[in-house]
Amino acid sequence: MSKETYSIPIGPVHCSLKEPMTFNFEIYGEHIEKVNLAPGDNHRGIEFMGMQRNPVQIIYLAERICGICSASHPFAFCRAVENAAGIEVPERGQYIRVIIAELERIHSHILWAGVAAHELGFDSVLYISWRAREEVLDLLEYLTGNRINYGVFMIGGVRRDITEDQIPRIRKTLEYYKDIYGKIEDIFLNDPTIALRTKNVGVLTKEDALRLCAVGPTTRASGIKKDVRQDQPYSAYADLEVKAITPDVLTGKVNGDVYDRIIVRLLEVVQSIQIIEQCLENMPSGEIVAEKKLVKLLNQLKKAKGEGIGRHEAPRGEVFHYVKLEEAETPEVWKARAPTYNNLMTWVPMLLGQQIADIPIVIASIDPCIACMDRVTILNKATGQKNILTKKDLHELSVQKTRRITP
Amino acid sequence: MEYMKPEEIIELFKEKFNGSVTNSKIEVKTAGLKKNSYSLIWLEIELKDFKEAVKLLGTIQFPHFAIISGDDLGEQIELTYYFSLYYGERFKEISLNITTFLPKEDLKISTITDLIPGAQTAEREMIEMFGIKVEGLPDSPNLFLPKDFAKDTYPFRRDEKGIYPLSKNGKYVGDNIVKREEEVKKIE
Repeated sequence: MSKETYSIPIGPVHCSLKEPMTFNFEIYGEHIEKVNLAPGDNHRGIEFMGMQRNPVQIIYLAERICGICSASHPFAFCRAVENAAGIEVPERGQYIRVIIAELERIHSHILWAGVAAHELGFDSVLYISWRAREEVLDLLEYLTGNRINYGVFMIGGVRRDITEDQIPRIRKTLEYYKDIYGKIEDIFLNDPTIALRTKNVGVLTKEDALRLCAVGPTTRASGIKKDVRQDQPYSAYADLEVKAITPDVLTGKVNGDVYDRIIVRLLEVVQSIQIIEQCLENMPSGEIVAEKKLVKLLNQLKKAKGEGIGRHEAPRGEVFHYVKLEEAETPEVWKARAPTYNNLMTWVPMLLGQQIADIPIVIASIDPCIACMDRVTILNKATGQKNILTKKDLHELSVQKTRRITP
Repeated sequence: MEYMKPEEIIELFKEKFNGSVTNSKIEVKTAGLKKNSYSLIWLEIELKDFKEAVKLLGTIQFPHFAIISGDDLGEQIELTYYFSLYYGERFKEISLNITTFLPKEDLKISTITDLIPGAQTAEREMIEMFGIKVEGLPDSPNLFLPKDFAKDTYPFRRDEKGIYPLSKNGKYVGDNIVKREEEVKKIE
């Protein structure tokens, strides 16, 4: 009997990605034989737009590259401009930056945990974890004025100070997360069904993670101790003992599967809480921004000549920005790279040999913001018959598999 | 593991590619209250030795590759590849940025995907945005630009093949398809 494969395209619309994706799968029976990626259906040309704006305007554009990493992109961009123009950030500004960035990590990881639970069919866990995420969003709104797109970052520092009377409110939120963390850990790491659906699923070996230059929790779950906050500490991270978290901290070994990625993200929530606490304890006094007057700052940037890179460890991995200034109003070059850009290719080794019902959780496991996976077409090559699987159908398949294997 | 100093890395490159390294710079950055420091290396290498330089980098440690950035300088296009070495330990990581220049009349560079497979997306981006030919990379439909994007038009170029307003004498964009100024007028 000939080995006939089906081809299944998935996508193309994933609204939260910088590059929405189309996946073309070759399926034999239930198993994935081949994966092709085709991004770019909604390329917004943000770098092109940025090169017609001045650096201060670009901060707000960078903030909108991703709705969830709205502190990470401006963080990396501001660092790139500061390196290019030789601007030093006051220490207090560095500490406030780190606090905002770590609060963002808490909300991003809890959001991801909810999405992962949803993909497996545990919608009650989705509701519980997203309810828990509200606390940190409220805190961010209290500190910055916005739940997302905080508008806090400025070249040379930050725009808003964290005052003494705001600190009890921050500590209250941190206590809240310490209280509920045990529950979250229990749900995700001790539940037999989650373990069945995620252990040995979507495995990324250490070699593949290295070769494909994966970043963030995706690479750390495969056992590579890579974290910009640890390797090349910047801002207040240089004063804090941040260590890259790998799953062997908890289980003693590294499998590189979806379960390991859950472990890494959950442990990073605890790490973020510790980092914020250390920052609050050691926060120096003084200025929060190098140059308060915007006109003066813009003039300084207009006369600057040089190039700089800015890296930041976002919740999904390393964000990389490059800026080249050539004594002009607008930057000569602005290059922004989001972590999913590097993690894209890791889907191929992860998905090969998996089942169709595992596609949602494996794709979600690198945290690509899979909000709007559009639809799936199943095309029978022999008959030319087309079946369209919507996101709902695919989700249903995943839920059924969970029910089927639950003991 | 033995760690080389930034100066030693530059020396290694200069030794191997005598004269090909046209420029080199070490940047030292400090952060936080304790003012601990880390280093960045900027290297400019002639095109003929570029691939060999990436190979040499691989002998130190399998490098982490971040991205490629490009800049249209008029007569030539500047490409910078961003790597980092010695990740995994505090303050040990060194960023290494290798720049090379491609003449406009012969925009060709050989792929590094045989050494670092993760570089594929970035190389494809340079093909689409600057019209560079990457030798050794199989053809593929557009990854970033629309599939029906005008031929021989590259958004980040600053010459007549670019797009207005980034390129002052570039083409105009309308309805997803790039048009020449005269064509726009004809339609109006």
